[in-house]
Amino acid sequence: MGGWAIAVHGGAGVDPNLPKERQEEAKRLLTRCLEIGISALRSNLPAIDVVELVVRELETDPLFNSGRGSALTENGTVEMEASIMDGPKRRCGAVSGITRVKNPVSLARLVMEKSPHSYLAFSGAEEFAIKQGAEMVDNEYFITEENVGMLKLAKEANSILFDYRIPTIGTCGAGAAMESPLQMNGLPISVYAPETVGCVVVDKEGRCAAATSTGGLMNKMMGRIGDSPLIGSGTYACNLCGVSCTGEGEAIIRSTLAREVAAVMEYKGLNLHEAVDYVIKHRLDEGKAGLIAVSSSGEVACGFNTTGMFRGCATEDGFMEVGVW
Amino acid sequence: MGWAIALHGGAGDIPLSLPLERRLPREAGLRHCLDVGIAALKAHKHPLDVAELVVRELENHPHFNAGRGSVLTTAGTVEMEACIMDGKTKKCGAVSGLSTVVNAISVARAIMEKTPHIYLAFDGAEAFAREQGLETTDPSYFITPENIERLKQAQEANRVQIDYTQPIQKVEKQDAANADGDSRIGTVGCVAVDNEGNLASATSTGGLVNKMVGRIGDTPIIGAGTYANHLCAVSATGRGEAIIRGTIARDVAAVMEFKGLSLKEAAAYVVEQAPQGTTGLVAVSSTGEIAMPFNTTGMFRACATEDGYSEIGIWDSPSK
Repeated sequence: MGGWAIAVHGGAGVDPNLPKERQEEAKRLLTRCLEIGISALRSNLPAIDVVELVVRELETDPLFNSGRGSALTENGTVEMEASIMDGPKRRCGAVSGITRVKNPVSLARLVMEKSPHSYLAFSGAEEFAIKQGAEMVDNEYFITEENVGMLKLAKEANSILFDYRIPTIGTCGAGAAMESPLQMNGLPISVYAPETVGCVVVDKEGRCAAATSTGGLMNKMMGRIGDSPLIGSGTYACNLCGVSCTGEGEAIIRSTLAREVAAVMEYKGLNLHEAVDYVIKHRLDEGKAGLIAVSSSGEVACGFNTTGMFRGCATEDGFMEVGVW
Repeated sequence: MGWAIALHGGAGDIPLSLPLERRLPREAGLRHCLDVGIAALKAHKHPLDVAELVVRELENHPHFNAGRGSVLTTAGTVEMEACIMDGKTKKCGAVSGLSTVVNAISVARAIMEKTPHIYLAFDGAEAFAREQGLETTDPSYFITPENIERLKQAQEANRVQIDYTQPIQKVEKQDAANADGDSRIGTVGCVAVDNEGNLASATSTGGLVNKMVGRIGDTPIIGAGTYANHLCAVSATGRGEAIIRGTIARDVAAVMEFKGLSLKEAAAYVVEQAPQGTTGLVAVSSTGEIAMPFNTTGMFRACATEDGYSEIGIWDSPSK
């Protein structure tokens, strides 16, 4: 049995032209979050507490697309979603359509612990949050000036895309209108908000946990649910591993990507690294995504087929890495 | 080879003493919906169309917990959800929190075909359904007197239950909602395969009696309640939270793919692994096999294949 291991991500599908200082800022945040997780693991916090703690930190910082700093819906509002899963008993909680709860991942945890259900959404979820005494804020708290500008760009880009009926990715017939060949979810990568956040942890006891949180897709329709809150798609943990995914939500859902890593370990007998490789290479079809994963024996892995993924990982024996490309 | 179809009207603790007045209309409903599906397959309709058509019929049937006849939330309202998936393309659509749309499954289909997204919920989903011109009605259309009574019983049982348990025990609390024996039962679903091996799966539900407002179950979650790929199509039913955690529908396909089991073996394995009393499913493979295992007392189910085999059942049967 290995020791503890932790990985965090801040989304896959990074604009190659992203300014250096923004890259550095992202790396600093990932490092800080890793350190928070590491010190929690050193104090013997169980994996489930560590993933919640780390994702709360990522939500609270406005840099990535979750909590404060979430991408905006077509109406300029924020609708956040999150999920959390505890490996040993596969207990899980998820929320969608959150507009006022400061830390959606903690609400997902409350759904897991304090409700008879696994998944609550929209007004029912917020009523539950209030009853449970979760910290509430105004929707404006989540909206950053930067995202208001991004929404404008997304709307301009979308008006072009929709003329040519391109809800999907890949080949586009829009010709000159589509100067950047790089697209995620039908949006030019400069506008696409990749930065879903997630954390996976295995603690010293070999317990795995995973958590994912997001504001979703920039300019999304009201009521749109992506992969992040879906157990088996964006988030999954069992007695073998913990997985958090990010990228094109629809591709991740179709391939039930997070469960897929665990399924090939369980049913094909692959180890964590082989499983992550296999899933990224063979399971995404045309889709673009990335994921982080830990195994109960203390391995850590990440994989992506996008241009870059904000990520960091560390293990008990002193290995630590933070990267974008 | 040949076409095959299977459908369900929910799995759970269906008492063997289920009164005839509850049993007969459901059996008749299953038979009617099966006939609708068979006719559509004989007319060479695509399985996606067949599954949608059959689930629409099941939704319209007031004795099943989907569409008209959906069970009620703790607030006495209806919040329906549904999901559809095409095997070859793995395209899918899902919807939650519908309160006025007559056929939730058709909203899921429209989301799959007309939006860049897979899953819409609550107000946004309602607005989308109206934009698409799908049939809507007054929320009272969905509410049957039987379900008002079920909610009452569930709420009384819950109140008692809370007196006895200190921290919330998820499973126990749900058991209480099962006071009249079949109140948790009745998610509906249909899986179909045609002669060319095209597969599709569709599932629709009103959810759980006395569920919290905003609760999402397994039905709309790809890989949990509903899944289809090039190997098989699966629609699951039972205790939603257990099905989500077990990614039941996807696991049937995963076991076939990664362990090389047949559909029947894979489906039996997955249901066996799930906690007793939680899970049932119907599945068809691309080669026209059918599996309908459950680890609950019963499952309302029906199936047929091109070579003339047909079955309608509720409790254990030799062919299980």
